[in-house]
Amino acid sequence: MSQNAISYDKPQPSLTGLHGEFYAWCRDRELRFQRCKGCGRHRHVPRDICAHCSSMEWEWARSSGRGTVFTWTEVVRALHPAFAAVTPYAPVVVEMEEGVRLLSRVVDCTPDELQIGMPVEVDFEKVSDAITLPVFRRAAR
Amino acid sequence: MFKDKACIVGIGETPFCRKPGSGLSEMGIQLKAAVAALEDAGLKAAQIDGILPFPNVGKAEAFAASLGCENLRFAATLHMGGAAPVGSLRMAAMAVTSGAADYVMVPGGWNGYSGARVRETAANDVDSIPGGEIARDFYMPFGLTAPPQWYALMARRHMHEYGTTAEQFGAVALAMRKHAQLNPAALMHGKPLTMADYLASPYIASPYRLLDCCVETDGAAAFIVTTVERARDLRQKPVYIMGAAAGQPYPADEITNRADFHRTGLTNAAPEAFRMAGVSPADADFAQIYDCFTFEVIQQLEEAGFCRRGEGGAFVENGGIELGGRLPVNTHGGLLSQAHVLGISHVVEAVRQLRGEAGARQVADAEIGVVTGWGDFGDGSIAVLRR
Ligand SMILES: [Zn+2]
Repeated sequence: MSQNAISYDKPQPSLTGLHGEFYAWCRDRELRFQRCKGCGRHRHVPRDICAHCSSMEWEWARSSGRGTVFTWTEVVRALHPAFAAVTPYAPVVVEMEEGVRLLSRVVDCTPDELQIGMPVEVDFEKVSDAITLPVFRRAAR
Repeated sequence: MFKDKACIVGIGETPFCRKPGSGLSEMGIQLKAAVAALEDAGLKAAQIDGILPFPNVGKAEAFAASLGCENLRFAATLHMGGAAPVGSLRMAAMAVTSGAADYVMVPGGWNGYSGARVRETAANDVDSIPGGEIARDFYMPFGLTAPPQWYALMARRHMHEYGTTAEQFGAVALAMRKHAQLNPAALMHGKPLTMADYLASPYIASPYRLLDCCVETDGAAAFIVTTVERARDLRQKPVYIMGAAAGQPYPADEITNRADFHRTGLTNAAPEAFRMAGVSPADADFAQIYDCFTFEVIQQLEEAGFCRRGEGGAFVENGGIELGGRLPVNTHGGLLSQAHVLGISHVVEAVRQLRGEAGARQVADAEIGVVTGWGDFGDGSIAVLRR
């Protein structure tokens, strides 16, 4: 899949609140997750409070960027018009070393080449001046 | 605890169609089903004082005004997607046994074929985005935009962990289609299916093929719940609600970060429903399992306790869920081959079976049946019913 697979005509995240802070780090080409100052756990998606210890103290902690493919689906028939021209493509769930999972895509392999457990590392895809998406590439390991 | 104190006393259903469409509004088609349920029960609309509509297809106030329910005193909508009808069945039982209402109507339906179809979704308004803000900000930018894609992530993982196969998914599709051949009202009546047909159907969102997916339909259904005492004066023999429960996965608002990826709302709800009912899954003579996609049947059979985790694939093979098998599932043909009416038809079919009105697809001497609902990111609901 090419770097152009997603361009500005695709659905884009809102840039408000904690979701916006997550994407602001991505714009700086950094993948960060919230880390609870009470119990040290990472979390994703962003939330106001730690579901383990109820602490509302947290920081944006930089991720190692490394993870493995947890599951995926190859979309052959788009169910949103903005993706009709880029099929087939594969949304992938990546399990990060920090223990959180996030939904993304692996940009340097075809859906046929995906395997559960495949090591991947983060990269960034700028889709507009405001928005950069965290994507993944195959990693050696 | 409402065990055996509440019952279903009326059911109604419209014809199901695709092209050219129902010719009715989404409210109109539901009202048609609601009137049929009233006639079935022998009730007047004015007696209905509780209405629990399905999300986003009509408000209780509009139903009450249209039907002439002058004393609406209990109204709510459960935001559980396809788990809402069976969740509403439970809520109706709670309402009538507590005195909050006397007769509760649960309607639902849509122009799922001729109206706004899921494959054309391009919502800008966050309230109409399936999955809401989290889906908008963390799934949709990557092209994960619709339910079959969400659930395909679960199906793929199940295949990886338990060796569940495409042929086992196919066995679900074939069972539903086989049952539809015995149901003249089913959209897929007269259109039998082979495993070769199934395996040759194109992928939509792998591992889901076209024939893993339910049929988009115009149609509606409704049912009415009251107390056992009130049912004595009504037209039909009541179908008793032995137990019912609803549950949410954790977290319910986000699909990827679940410690146990296969634990759904039903995992929590099913033991509660069976405990209330005082029976076990093995006591069920049939089950109507919400079958938006084939794997969801396998998954719910496991999570409801009909078999152990990882054994659902084997459970559905070799006619296991066909009429005559160990547990006939979706005797009407389900969402996959009868019609996608938001899960309400699963309740209607369970009532028909327990009344002995299912004709060529009747489960002999059916005494106890189970109905489930599944929706959103894995919300679950379940009811155990008896004649
Ligand atoms: Zn914490």
